[in-house]
Amino acid sequence: MSQVAAKQYEMPRSERNLYLWFIGIGFAHLMVGLFLGFMQGMQHAGIDLYRVIPIVRHYYQGLTAHGVFNVLVFTTFFIAGFLLFATGTSLKKPVPLRLGWVTFWVMTIGLALTDYAIFSNTSSVLFTAYSPLQAHWTFYLGLALIVVGTWLQLLIVGRMVLDWRKENPGQRTPLLAFGALTTLLMWGLASIPLAILFVGILLPWSLNLIPGVDVLLNRTLFWMSGHPIVYFWLLPAYVSWYFMLPKQVGGKLFSEPLARLAFLLFIPLSLPVGFHHQYVDPGVSEGYKYIHAILTFAVFMPSVMTAFTVLASLETGGRARGGKGLFGWVRALPWGDPSVSAQLLAMVLFALGGVSGLMNASFNMNLVIHNTLFVPGHFHLTVGTGSALTFMGVVYWLVPHLTGRRLFSRKMAVLQTWLWFIGMAIMSRGMSWAGMLGAPRRTALGAAPYFMEEWVLPSWFTAIGGIILTVSGFMFFFNMLGSLWLAPKGQKVEVPVAEPLIDEGARMPLWLDRFTVWAGAAVLLVAIAYTPTLVRLISDASFTVPGLSPF
Amino acid sequence: MHIDKYERNWIRLAGGMLVVFLLALTVSAFFLGIQLPGIADHATPVAAAGGEFDVNRGWVRELAPGRYEVNMRARVWAFEPNEIRIPAGSTVTFYIHSDDIIHGFKIQDTTVSLMVFPDVTAMATYTFEKPGEYPFVCHEYCGAGHHFMSGRIIVEAL
Repeated sequence: MSQVAAKQYEMPRSERNLYLWFIGIGFAHLMVGLFLGFMQGMQHAGIDLYRVIPIVRHYYQGLTAHGVFNVLVFTTFFIAGFLLFATGTSLKKPVPLRLGWVTFWVMTIGLALTDYAIFSNTSSVLFTAYSPLQAHWTFYLGLALIVVGTWLQLLIVGRMVLDWRKENPGQRTPLLAFGALTTLLMWGLASIPLAILFVGILLPWSLNLIPGVDVLLNRTLFWMSGHPIVYFWLLPAYVSWYFMLPKQVGGKLFSEPLARLAFLLFIPLSLPVGFHHQYVDPGVSEGYKYIHAILTFAVFMPSVMTAFTVLASLETGGRARGGKGLFGWVRALPWGDPSVSAQLLAMVLFALGGVSGLMNASFNMNLVIHNTLFVPGHFHLTVGTGSALTFMGVVYWLVPHLTGRRLFSRKMAVLQTWLWFIGMAIMSRGMSWAGMLGAPRRTALGAAPYFMEEWVLPSWFTAIGGIILTVSGFMFFFNMLGSLWLAPKGQKVEVPVAEPLIDEGARMPLWLDRFTVWAGAAVLLVAIAYTPTLVRLISDASFTVPGLSPF
Repeated sequence: MHIDKYERNWIRLAGGMLVVFLLALTVSAFFLGIQLPGIADHATPVAAAGGEFDVNRGWVRELAPGRYEVNMRARVWAFEPNEIRIPAGSTVTFYIHSDDIIHGFKIQDTTVSLMVFPDVTAMATYTFEKPGEYPFVCHEYCGAGHHFMSGRIIVEAL
């Protein structure tokens, strides 16, 4: 009965607009952030554009906007639109629109505050907001509201899944909704320390309600959320790779149980790993740093499983399309579909990013690359390509699906994905190389008196890669504007939903469809990994170091 | 639930690889002495003698032939001292403390890499075998002049 009604469900205009606004605001901020990144790359190569283009006052104001817009605003807004859409589609249930729009406005008001804080140059503290660097209160409040928006999404998706289960007893949660809920639940747990830090400490401190801060306590709270957030950016890309892309290439999901297991493992394993960002912090014990190193290696496992399952799923597609031999199926994949080429290329660089991530996590090896350009060299491959290029690939079918118009230019879209791939490969190579040679990250290197001769060539790699990426980014943006307003009405674009190769049916174990036990495991692991350090930091906390805003 | 044979082996192989990496790290960390700063440094006060070696100032002092102690102060946007001269083969212990916000202390071509806080003293020891100039830089963003914050260690041939 409900099945019949659901099939006739025509998405109301207001719902389509909700998703388009989330995605549009996210990508608009990405474009600004991307352009600022271009200016940074040029600065490293010795060409100072900050005097010529007065969009920001200096390198670090631009860098703050680059970081906040690209990894906090773009990701979070895109993810909001994508996961809500995916949940509704997957469960064939309407998303509660009033709460959806409340979420949108909470996040957008937060974003307006954040934009003000950044463009007024009162908050050039970078996205890590390390106190005692002090930002304007609008910066902390704005970002906190965006996090609240992600909690509201958890509420929406959680309610929808529970309702669906009641209506469909004995059945396993459909995969897209399952992936969405896993992502939001993991982040819901992981974001609590960040919320405590921003709302409980930094906001009152920026309003002069508390005199000072405890530096190490704040850093520890920040990284408790600051590493899991990378899986919040990554898991929506995995939702597409596992549960959508196989359908787009004419294949099937190779292993449904392992796909579910990989997702669920991220709930406990994403969280207790923050000290790998604090390896060179004095005041955190070496033993606990070592424990976090081991746990960071553990969280590599679900990604290793993903590599197999996703590639095997793609292979089923390539072979179904007539690909022969050991690698012939790769050629047979539909590379002319920009959504497919975007995601396949994203995977290639993401794999390399995974390897460099393992190096960052490698305990004392971190002494060599800590806070050098090697680190941005790493995460431009992961979040900057694995996530960002995948999100672009999703948008290449999602926006036509939502508007009913065709993609403005398919050829330009395919070219765009290749340019992103090539540009990022060059830029990331330049950054990693300079980092290995000791060049610090988050530094206006072009003006540094200690700039070394051997950093010159890598810096040019960075700049040239950055130019190619900027061209690619603007091609994407123009294509999207064209698709929204200029392109003719087209055929209805289907939502790609992959089917499993083997239908497990009721053989699928129930523990692969229940979240409470995994959330409990997360809490337990966090307690083991953090309790002694947190108890000591809190009992020693002094809240005495005053703020400074030297920018 | 069905798990493909190849996938099972792949997971085992990857897990085994990670264990090998971890063992290598463990050996280098606990048996080769390439150490990270730990909790002890949190409590270690500078072994200062007062007067000339006031803990609130930056200075270098020779403890014994080939043994040096440096008390480093970091603030926006300078290190004190910002030039250190020592003979080759010297072992130097750095104590470093910030006067204001978070800074970083990285000596190029060495394993010295520290975060520098205003309420914690950070410590690292290094033996400079090769003569030459070792630049050190602040590698944590500390405001508009962050990229100026640097200094150098000159290791003189004996």
